[in-house]
Amino acid sequence: MPAINVSKALDQSQASRVFDLAEMPLRELNQALHDLTPGSNQTAWEVLNPKGSHSVAVGVDQPVTIDVRGSVGYYCGGMNDGSSITVHGSAGPGVGENMMSGTITVKGDASQYAGATGRGGLLVIEGNASSRCGISMKGIDIVVHGNIGHMSAFMAQSGNLVVLGDAGDALGDSIYEARLFVRGKVESLGADCIAKEMRPEHLELLQGLLDRAGVTGVKAAEFKRYGSARTLYNFNIDNADAY
Amino acid sequence: MCGIVGLFLKDKSLEPQLGSMLSQMLISLSDRGPDSAGIAIYGTPSGNEAKITMQSAKPERDFRDLDAELAKAIGARVGIAVKSTHAVVRTAPAKIDEAREAIQALRPDIRVMGAGDVVEIYKEVGLPETVVDRFDVRSMTGTHGIGHTRMATESAVTTMGAHPFSTGADQCLVHNGSLSNHNNVRRELIREGMKFETENDTEVAAAYLSSQMAHGKNLGEALEGTLSDLDGFFTFVVGTKNGFGVVRDPIACKPAVMAETDQYVAFGSEYRALTKLPGIDNARVWEPEPATVYFWEH
Repeated sequence: MPAINVSKALDQSQASRVFDLAEMPLRELNQALHDLTPGSNQTAWEVLNPKGSHSVAVGVDQPVTIDVRGSVGYYCGGMNDGSSITVHGSAGPGVGENMMSGTITVKGDASQYAGATGRGGLLVIEGNASSRCGISMKGIDIVVHGNIGHMSAFMAQSGNLVVLGDAGDALGDSIYEARLFVRGKVESLGADCIAKEMRPEHLELLQGLLDRAGVTGVKAAEFKRYGSARTLYNFNIDNADAY
Repeated sequence: MCGIVGLFLKDKSLEPQLGSMLSQMLISLSDRGPDSAGIAIYGTPSGNEAKITMQSAKPERDFRDLDAELAKAIGARVGIAVKSTHAVVRTAPAKIDEAREAIQALRPDIRVMGAGDVVEIYKEVGLPETVVDRFDVRSMTGTHGIGHTRMATESAVTTMGAHPFSTGADQCLVHNGSLSNHNNVRRELIREGMKFETENDTEVAAAYLSSQMAHGKNLGEALEGTLSDLDGFFTFVVGTKNGFGVVRDPIACKPAVMAETDQYVAFGSEYRALTKLPGIDNARVWEPEPATVYFWEH
């Protein structure tokens, strides 16, 4: 365990704060972020040497920006409510899990279940996402510049998943009401997920998401929309095999 | 959870550091499994010696004079190196099966961890750091190796329940996950003549691969077979005399990250296991795809 350099962090009361996780434990960082109160002038945070640490910047509920320089482990930005987190590296499983609002941008790739159960906000993955991206999403918007893995948007309930690349097997299995937009090929659709017509309101919605995610040179018309066929909403014995 | 690591060196100049690199990787994953830990190191082949790694709960009693008694029993020169509860016996490759039988006859309480031309296996109850220190793994040299830190789910927390599991010469396997049809597969393998030492599901997976390779399949083909014949969740990392393989089940719940550079191929349950490897910032890093076999051979 390295010596804990608390004074270095506490002495800096100016707007920008730097936490070097090679010098101080993660708990200090997360506690400092949780101690933020509305109107705090400490609006810019930088995290160095994450080296795959778990739970970096989990549970932040103030509108600050956090730049993480390197790759993170599990649950980075989980439950985020209003902050703007950028991971300048790749993210492990569960990045942005149960996010409420704000933005998380991953410059590299994301592992399994990115944005799982997210209720709001925007999660942008500039590389590829792995399996179960957006599983049980409940209002979050997710934009993936690359590909997504199998079982993505499983049981998705609301929100939008935008994929510029390809989607793996069983996309949208048992989906409720979320909208899925995929530009590339879809390996297969899960139970009750179907391709749907792209109406003007969907083109407009998608264009807005692409703009917010900083995607340029890609047109909304290049995507296909997928969503729920709504045949599994009420139990019907004829559908028993699909549940 | 369990944590697994693997490292396959392409660059010979890293071989003296294999033990320290693999130890550091495994220690970084200690909190994935506190019950036991183990490591298998594939050393440089000597050409005229093979090894048996064994363990005893009473090393002072069991290892004393074993080399002399064993040499007499098999009529060949025998060397022994004792490390804590483990010892490595060296003898002529042609005498290795005979030596193994003689060890069991001379010292019935000794448990054989593994045997082959190059592999040495060290595993005990305890955290990776304790196990690594106990057997001085950091100073070991070699071409490749695998390691495991265990959160016990399928069987008892004992030395024999620790990974890696070795069921064939120079073969061993570490596993994150749990198998649901291991009892059936075990019964089938027993019918084929395979022997089991534990109730552990992972030992079945190791024996399955040994059986497939004994039937003439290469490592890649044997790993391919796990996808149809083994049910449950698994990420397997496997070592053979000159090979290193990885496979995940089709659901791929259990985490896995790989990295490759000109110098090595590395595997970790999590990225943090890889962060101290040389050149990792410029390595190709990826998650192995579900139901896809990856393997490398020297």
